[in-house]
Amino acid sequence: MNRVVVTGWGVVSPTGNDAKAYWSSIKSGVCGFGPPTIAPAERLNQKIVAEVKGFDTSAHFSDRELIALDRLSQFAVVAAREAVSQSGLSFDGGRSERTAAIIGTGAGGLMTQDDNYKRLYEEKLTRVHPLTVPRVMVNAPASQVSMYCGIRGPSFAVASACASATHAIGLAFHMVRLGQVDAAVAGGTEACLNFGTIKGWEGMRVMAPDACRPFSKDRKGLVLGEGAAVVVLETYEGAAARGADILGEIVGFGMSADAADLTNPDVGGMSRAMTGALDDARANRSDVQYVNAHGTGTTINDATETEALKAVFGNLAPQLAVSSTKSMVGHALGGAGALEAVATLMAIREGVAPPTMNYLGPDPACDLDFVPNEARDLAIDVAISNSFAFGGLNAVLVFRRFS
Amino acid sequence: MSDVAAEVIAIIAKRIPGQKDDLNPADKLTELGIESIDAIDMIFDLEEKFDIEIPYNANSAQTDFSTVGDVVRAIEQVLARKAASA
Repeated sequence: MNRVVVTGWGVVSPTGNDAKAYWSSIKSGVCGFGPPTIAPAERLNQKIVAEVKGFDTSAHFSDRELIALDRLSQFAVVAAREAVSQSGLSFDGGRSERTAAIIGTGAGGLMTQDDNYKRLYEEKLTRVHPLTVPRVMVNAPASQVSMYCGIRGPSFAVASACASATHAIGLAFHMVRLGQVDAAVAGGTEACLNFGTIKGWEGMRVMAPDACRPFSKDRKGLVLGEGAAVVVLETYEGAAARGADILGEIVGFGMSADAADLTNPDVGGMSRAMTGALDDARANRSDVQYVNAHGTGTTINDATETEALKAVFGNLAPQLAVSSTKSMVGHALGGAGALEAVATLMAIREGVAPPTMNYLGPDPACDLDFVPNEARDLAIDVAISNSFAFGGLNAVLVFRRFS
Repeated sequence: MSDVAAEVIAIIAKRIPGQKDDLNPADKLTELGIESIDAIDMIFDLEEKFDIEIPYNANSAQTDFSTVGDVVRAIEQVLARKAASA
């Protein structure tokens, strides 16, 4: 089996529109929350979201290109181009056919969908834009990434709500490890901070009124975000042969389904995904220093995830540094797992555990080390990144310092 | 040139990559660099501009909407029918 290394990363996030800016914010505890500006705030009960700011479409795309791109595909393409450019990988000489493009999204082009509902149902117009269908389709980001980067190997979307990106990167990892492809451009994207979608989330009664404070006492829920992240994966042999700068290594991937409640998390499902990923990595529990938690900030997710971490790591659990970067960038749904994978890779590379911001103090149901409010220098050899989706679909990645 | 023709030609001109000053009715859309995606986006703009439904089917586009003149004539015909039925 091939060793699988990471040679590129790209990010569009509420706290930075490239990987460097993103990490700089994450490390310093910058939070990207604010009132909705995309959706009409006066008709929303929800007063904070985490929007991507200062994203200049004209800096990345011509008017003609934008005709075909929903906001989530714009994010995906910009992140993918950054990742590919950093990797230095070119797709000539048959490499295009030996590379995969796998992009997760929870819901597809919901900005386009919402605009069209408004036109048809509110404004009573009779037509929608002719490229509505290919902009909305769930595979649009994967297709656009394949087209913009010139990737002709296996390419498809992965949809598992909040675990979509983690499933996408995990599948890509397994494909490269097995030698089905030599490289993969994989990640996730979401952009749905429109009126209809926020109303849908208001209905779920899970959003925080003030801030996202995962694992904290008095936490009041999640904050919806948006954004994309993409990584370039390659075989170690291929990356070394072309002298690429190797940023990290992926060593394990685990998946599970709860087959229980539609929205409530499940200790068993979470634990099986983590155990599966560690087994896949042939890693010992004691190898792990850092966990980038799913950590949405809801009462039940964070308590259940704490319990699952204790079930998997036993008496080693209190020694883990566990943090939720959603405390800064919110919950980017289908993009979240990729944003967190990049944060985890950077944490290992730089030896810094990102903080859990907005932490007010311990909750008895969440009694681990959550790196409260300030990043911490920490030598990390192995880290895991958790994603647990509505619908009970769980995915966990294991990363190792490259050496 | 009628006002309608001038407006139609302005909308077509927006779709052309680069600069092209004088459009002639005989100019072929494909030769102007207007490909399939641009064409249906252009149809959408024309429908929005004149508040009409253009009977355009991508499957027969080669024959119906080959030249600048074809597009102008099609819009004028739809507008004439609309005026007659009003």
